[in-house]
Formats: sequence, structure tokens, C-alpha cells
Amino acid sequence: MVDSLTPVLTKRWLSPRSWTIKTYEQLEGYTALRKALGAHPDQIIQQCKDSGLRGRGGAGFPTGMKWGFIPQGDGKPHYLVINADEGEPGTCKDIPLMMADPHSLIEGIIITSYAIRANFAAIYVRGEALHCIRRLDGAVKEAYAAGYLGKDILGSGFDLDVVVHAGAGAYICGEETALLDSLEGKRGQPRLKPPFPATAGLYASPTVVNNVETIASVPFIVNGGSDWFRTMGRERSPGPKIYSLSGHVTRPGQYEAPMGTTLRELLELAGGMKDGIPLKFWTPGGSSTPLFTADHLDVPLDFEGAAEAGSMLGTTALQIFNETVSVPWAVMKWTEFYKHESCGKCTPCREGTYWLVQILQRMVAGNGTASDIDTLLDVCDNILGRSFCALGDGAVSPITSGIKYFKDEFLALCDKNSAVLAGAH
Amino acid sequence: MTQTSEPSTVDLSVFDEDTVARARQLISRYPLSRSALLPMLHLVQSVEGYVSQAGIAFCAGQLDLSNAEVSAVATFYTMYKRKPCGEHLVSVCTNTLCAALGGDAIFAKLREHLGSEGKPLGQEETSGEPGTPGSITLEHAECLAACDLGPVLQVNYEFYDNQTPDKALELVTALQAGEKPAPTRGAPLTDFRQAELQLAGFFEGRESDLDGPSAAAETVRGARVAADNGWTAPSMSDDVAFPPVPEKK
Repeated sequence: MVDSLTPVLTKRWLSPRSWTIKTYEQLEGYTALRKALGAHPDQIIQQCKDSGLRGRGGAGFPTGMKWGFIPQGDGKPHYLVINADEGEPGTCKDIPLMMADPHSLIEGIIITSYAIRANFAAIYVRGEALHCIRRLDGAVKEAYAAGYLGKDILGSGFDLDVVVHAGAGAYICGEETALLDSLEGKRGQPRLKPPFPATAGLYASPTVVNNVETIASVPFIVNGGSDWFRTMGRERSPGPKIYSLSGHVTRPGQYEAPMGTTLRELLELAGGMKDGIPLKFWTPGGSSTPLFTADHLDVPLDFEGAAEAGSMLGTTALQIFNETVSVPWAVMKWTEFYKHESCGKCTPCREGTYWLVQILQRMVAGNGTASDIDTLLDVCDNILGRSFCALGDGAVSPITSGIKYFKDEFLALCDKNSAVLAGAH
Repeated sequence: MTQTSEPSTVDLSVFDEDTVARARQLISRYPLSRSALLPMLHLVQSVEGYVSQAGIAFCAGQLDLSNAEVSAVATFYTMYKRKPCGEHLVSVCTNTLCAALGGDAIFAKLREHLGSEGKPLGQEETSGEPGTPGSITLEHAECLAACDLGPVLQVNYEFYDNQTPDKALELVTALQAGEKPAPTRGAPLTDFRQAELQLAGFFEGRESDLDGPSAAAETVRGARVAADNGWTAPSMSDDVAFPPVPEKK
């Protein structure tokens, strides 16, 4: 039986000056790198495939498979780009990880770059995360000084340069192709796929884009092996996962537990609902994942479990709201966010989010009518699956799921106005 | 943004030799020079407190781009300011979760406090003469990725966690008086321009900033609960072998 919490990525966070190379090396740091450099790169890719590691940035794509898509012997430079543009509402796992243990990410970057044969890697960090950028910059300098970065790393003949790159405030740059355009010094707008980054990514060369938590897991997999990784979590979603609990809970925070842990179990560890006020709704993985309610407390929070219950695992950002919060108001606030962050490239998302905000603001102000609910759903239908990238799909999630579970609350906002209209006929 | 004139007619003298040297250094970090544009825009903000027409022309000149190409990028991103900022930039998260916990009330309180003649301060407006001591630019921000510590705000991108309207008011009043209260997580406070220099990737002389606090009780909560209960991940075997090299298909 595996323990309720399984600190792997978070286990060094309690150590004094955990962000320094000294602490990191005292706690097995850079041992996986030495081991990996003695192996054939394809063995590392195979081990990652065997481990079943899936991307921690939201989509859950199998990491080893992504690495395997990089064409080898093609004569082109290869790149590794770390998506550290954490901005999905509710998501707050990568920034604490990079602040507390930046070397785990850097060691993961070196191993991954060696596996995919990349000699340049970039960490694209959200600009607002200044302290995190500082810690990464310090760690990269320490790694260069120790011979873990630069030319002929540990005498292996492998060269790698890493740059820490600050973004500039655009949620859309969390979308991997928008991130690549942004890293190329352009407006951060998504690209048409295919071609996928594996064949034409950064500077039109083969590129792997992976999330921070994903790559920070790599040194542990190298040291522990794929079977060890699979002792945690479930068959198709193995490993530990950082669950971020926020909102109306007694002890919010970062809890690293095996994949498939339920909100009921996590709430118990977090001291339950704050002040005993009952749970009303929550997001399993950020605002782009359809809402859950108190009926979903026992859903196993892994990729399959969340999907089977009608949502998505996303970034395991569990935003928890009690009975005092109005669902239409919360949905309106999220929609204002998507409208602000829509990059403007495609019409359904740019125009759709604009009109959704108008309607929701009108309803929340008490000036809506019951037919507005149909209009909302109709606009959502014209965004979902018709937008250029997943931002549009995410934007409709709170609205459609909010109406699905709490339609009465939307109707109640319109009661007064239905009566007025009825009288006017 | 209005059409810029020819670069030669724009006065670039504000960007001194050091800034030029830094711009060159940024270019050298990347395989292709244009990748240096985002950090270079942070660099020009560190000089002027915003991205001016001169800042755009400077980047264009360094990277052999047109002013229009640089403008298109500068206007896309929220963190590039088009009007001069105050000594400090105060960003209040008003996304749903922080708002539900008090973020909207914090923002309203600060708008009112920093406003004048009965008019609350607007989004990205500045109280005081921009750049002078005690001047403050206020903005509401999207999710700042510190939800377990909400409601949060940032001053020059350093975190002030678990805020209330009263605490935020006290903080801003202190900033106006020239004080620099320490952030909950981050380095000792400087000003907006210094922060922008670090975002451009220049940390010389500020190495001690690394030691600024980062782990709040919330951050290490799970790790602490696990330690208290003796819970760990399953142990690893010694000397785990890699799988064999897969055969080429």
C-alpha cells in the first residue's frame, strides 16, 4: 500500500536553502545525470516510454512518445523548450517548484536534451514570476560552474547551453506553438498544426516542448526506473502528481500524492472545508476544465478518471468554492479573463469571448432573460472545436458546465426580468 | 500607436553604452537574434520605465527589424507599458479565486485610495508623477499563479501573499511614503525599473536577492504533512538498469 502523500518532486522543499547546488548535490542531485550520460540516448527515451510518464502541463500526452517523434540523424539542430508559462487560473505548482528546487528542472533538462540530441534549451518562464526567474538564473550559473552545462559535460562529449527567458504577460503563450512564436521574438499567437513542433518547432527545427513538472520528474525516473515510477498512481496515469488546493479549504497548499487521489482524500489532508461551509463547486485542473460539484468528491483525479466524469485533469489545480459563491458570477469573472487573453487570431474566440462577457455581465447585473442562457450556449457551441487553439475550448468550459450543474442559479438571476416581459405581452 | 518617423530622427541618447552592451549580450544568448526581442523590451523598460517610441526604435536598430515589427510585439504583451510607470507597479489579482477571497475588494480599496478628486484610479493609471519617489501605477492582473496564497498582489513582480484590503492599503501607503516593506516571497523591494532589468536577465550585484524567501507554509504543506506522518514515496532499488537499446524499425 502506497502512502497517502508521496513527496518526490516536493521532497527537497523542506531542506534549508533547497535552491542551491550544494543542497541539491547533498540530496542525490545530479546523480541521475551521471548515470544517463553513460547510457545510449535511445535507452533514456525507452525508459521514459516504459515509465508511462504523461505531460503535466494539462494535456497528458505521453512524454517518451513525444521525445520519440524527434527525427534523428536529420542533420538539423534539435531544441528543448520548457513551458514554464504557468498562468492557467488556479495553477500554482511550477512556480513553487522552480523557486524551491530549480536544479531538479535543470538536471531534467540536461538528461532530456541528451536523449533527444539537443544542444540548446530554453526555459520560457512567465514574466510575472520574477523570483523564480532569479532562482533559475542562479541555478543555471551554478550548473555551468560545476560543469553540468556548457561544452563536454562531465567529459561525455555532450554540449548544452540553457537560457532562461522571461515572458511578458500573455496567457496564450502557455499554448506551445504560441510559446515558440513568442520565443522567436514575435507576437505570441498559435501556429497551425501540423507541422507539429517535433518536426518544425523553434526556428523550424525539431523541438520538444515539455512542462516543468514533467521534466523535473525525469531524474527520478532515471534513478528509480520505470517500475518504481509505476508503483505510484494508476495503470494509464502513473506516478506522483502535485495537487494544488486553493480557495475555501482550511489548509490550502501543494500536496504531492499518487495520481488518482480523490478530492475527498485531499480535503481530509487539508483540514476540510474552511469554517465548515459546504463545498459547492470546484475545478479539477484550472478554469479551462469543466466544473465539478460535491457529487464528484470520489472521482479519481487522473487523466482517465477526470475525463470519465466529464471534465479533464488539466494541471490538477483544485480551486475550491463554498456555498457563498455565485456560480454565474464566478463564470463571468473567468470569461472576462478569457476575453482579455484571447490573442485575436481567430474569429470564434476573439468575437465569441467578447459577446459571452457582455451577456454574462448583463445577467449578473440582474438585466438578463432566460433566453440569454440559450444564447450563451449557442455562442459556446460556435467556439468549441471551431477555434484555432485550445484557449477557445477552455473559455467555454466554465459556462457550459456551470449551466449544466447550476442552471437554476442562472435562471434565478433572470426571474425579475421574465416577469416584466411576461407582463408586457 | 502612431506611425513612427525614420529611426534616424528619433533621439536614442537615453540608451547609453551600457544599455547597448547589454542589448548585444542578449543577442548573443540565442541561436537567432530576434529571440532577444522580448528581453530587450524589458531592458528598454528598465531605462525609461515604459516602452517609448525611442525604445521601439532602439530595439529595431539592434535587431535589424522595422519599427512596425517591434511595435506589433510590444503592444501584444501586457507587461510592456505604453505610458511611463510609477516608481512601483502594484498588480492585484482579480481572477475568480482571488476575487472571491477578497481580491476585488482590495483592488477597489486601492483605486479609491490612489484616486484624486473623488475619482478612483483607473487600470494602469499612475498616482503621482511617473518615476518620482512614491509614485504608483496600479493594475488588476490575471491569475498570478499563487492561488494557495490568495488573495495575492505583487509590487514590481514580488509577491505579497494572503492580503486583505487593510493590509494592502497599509502596504501602498508605506510605498507612497518611500518605505519598502519586504515581500512575503521575493527579494527586497527596489523599484519597477530595477525589476525590469532583472527580467531582461541582468542580475549583477544583486546575487543576495536569491536568498529572498520563497517557501510559504502553504508551499510546503504537503511535504510537511508527509514528514509528520512518516509518509514517503516507495523506495528506489539500487542501481536500476536502463532498458536495452531499442532496435531500429
